[in-house]
Amino acid sequence: MLDFDLAVVGGGPAGMAAALEARENGVEKIVVLERAETLGGILEQCIHTGFGLHYFGEELSGPEYAGRFMKLLEDTDITVKTDTMVLDIASDNTVTAVNKKDGLIKINAKAVVLAMGCRERPRGALSIAGSRCSGIMTAGTAQKYVNIDGYMPGHEVVILGSGDIGLIMARRMTLEGAKVKMVCELMPYSGGLTRNIVQCLDDFGIPLKLSCTVVATHGKDRLEGVTIAKVDEKLRPIPGTEEYVPCDTLMLSVGLIPENELSKNSGLELDRITNGPKVDEYRETEHKGVFACGNVLQVHDLVDYVTEESQIAGLGAAKYIKGEKISSECVSTQGVDGVRYIVPQRINCKTDSDVKLYFRVGAVFNNAKIIVECGGKEILSKKKKKLCPGEMEYVTLKQSVINELAANSVVTVRVEA
Amino acid sequence: MEKRELVCVACPLGCPITVTLDDNNNVTDVTGNTCKRGDAYARTECTSPTRMLTTTVKVEGGKKACVVPVKSSVPVPKGMMMECMEAINKSSIKAPVKIGDVVIKNILDTGADIIATNNAE
Ligand SMILES: Cc1cc2nc3c(=O)[nH]c(=O)nc-3n(C[C@H](O)[C@H](O)[C@H](O)COP(=O)(O)OP(=O)(O)OC[C@H]3O[C@@H](n4cnc5c(N)ncnc54)[C@H](O)[C@@H]3O)c2cc1C
Ligand code: SF4
Repeated sequence: MLDFDLAVVGGGPAGMAAALEARENGVEKIVVLERAETLGGILEQCIHTGFGLHYFGEELSGPEYAGRFMKLLEDTDITVKTDTMVLDIASDNTVTAVNKKDGLIKINAKAVVLAMGCRERPRGALSIAGSRCSGIMTAGTAQKYVNIDGYMPGHEVVILGSGDIGLIMARRMTLEGAKVKMVCELMPYSGGLTRNIVQCLDDFGIPLKLSCTVVATHGKDRLEGVTIAKVDEKLRPIPGTEEYVPCDTLMLSVGLIPENELSKNSGLELDRITNGPKVDEYRETEHKGVFACGNVLQVHDLVDYVTEESQIAGLGAAKYIKGEKISSECVSTQGVDGVRYIVPQRINCKTDSDVKLYFRVGAVFNNAKIIVECGGKEILSKKKKKLCPGEMEYVTLKQSVINELAANSVVTVRVEA
Repeated sequence: MEKRELVCVACPLGCPITVTLDDNNNVTDVTGNTCKRGDAYARTECTSPTRMLTTTVKVEGGKKACVVPVKSSVPVPKGMMMECMEAINKSSIKAPVKIGDVVIKNILDTGADIIATNNAE
């Protein structure tokens, strides 16, 4: 049994930032456990720039952004174990992991930070008719082939889903000489950042077909084409709108799912909308001393926000370890009228800081107002020129306002169009 | 006078920006941006658009890596991205590579260097 103050599960940007912040706040024995060969998480394959503009004030690529944090970690005596897979987190916060060097290890930790990130929704999650020929893959897998293995997975590409990874791959494949025929999106709006629509599709004249899906794939050994169709308001394909599109590659960019097998096995209840654990303002889950941050908690589009959230969790873990973390009666948060979810799901009434409520909306709103209420009383409102489901938003509640709220009351956030 | 609606692509926040141009296509006003970069972006986008270029370049003699990611040190003219890609795909770099190593200096006279954004042993 190894003894640590803090065990961090996952060495992506979330895990690294949480570990560093805990150290800054006086936590001594910290271990970061990462199943891949290197730290960095998904950023290692995100070679495009756009990371860190808000955090570092520079336009960095994914590996550069991760590299900054790896350097900071190297300069500390925080223990890093790569090639190490975490298998279990017991109710007394004992972490079980395995690697080739140490074999099976058990870590006795005062606090644990969950930072396992997310994975892409696979083909199985969709119902598309057709054989299992090669040439069908998730956009993230394609990204790894091209950017890490230096291998082009195809030449004529159709992308299903307008998530950011799909948009980024549309540009990447085009730059490498492939013909990206179209991006089909089931919803009437894109799930990606506007900036990515502009610089990944518009710049190259790649059409974005909204309210459109792939209904069948064709080909025996290798994909030869797909059938696309328009969908109605209930997202059902409209008969008669089918169109055959020849292509040798179909990339899926149909959403990300937080990687929460470990959390579920340890008995944590997941939020139905975020698919992540429910947390308080310091990202403490319903298990004492277990914190969560980054994509495992909610899918982020900006790594800068991942870093910010992970620092909050790292600070929370440090407070917990030092016995300074406030644990009082709470108010719960709830998204209503167009607001799909809120993180954190609860706030300690006696909290010692301002709290940002992060959320996503369920549809596109122009010139809207975000209204925060508690017990029928408005406590905050903020005007927004534009709100889209693809972009995470937040409002900040002042500590003084929170301290005044009645215990067990509900804070709601809604959009007024 | 003309008003043009743009989305700032200088960072992932993607602020909606309105640019006012006079009859000679000179920018007279920029609104909607959250920071100075947005103002600069809107002005170049209306006169001579540029983009950051990121791709990979072949690594010779690497232990494991066969490619390493690279970026342009400054944005290149939007219309020259494909030409730059051709030049990059013709070149290669010898391992070991360090973040910041210059792969191509002043690519096609654009004023941008192509630099490595990861290490490769
Ligand atoms: C394709 C793509 C493009 C993006 N583009 C941008 C962009 O342009 N700008 C921007 O700001 N943000 C972007 N993002 C978002 C940003 O990169 C992510 O939000 C961020 O990387 C999430 O960090 P994380 O640490 O939570 O997760 P990850 O980076 O996924 O890290 C999680 C880590 O946990 C490890 N792990 C999981 N389970 C275990 C286990 N059981 N034991 C041990 N280790 C485990 C994994 O191996 C992984 O290394 C992009 C994301 C993707 C996927
Ligand atoms: S104006 Fe500034 S904050 Fe807004 S998108 Fe552009 S660079 Fe980002």
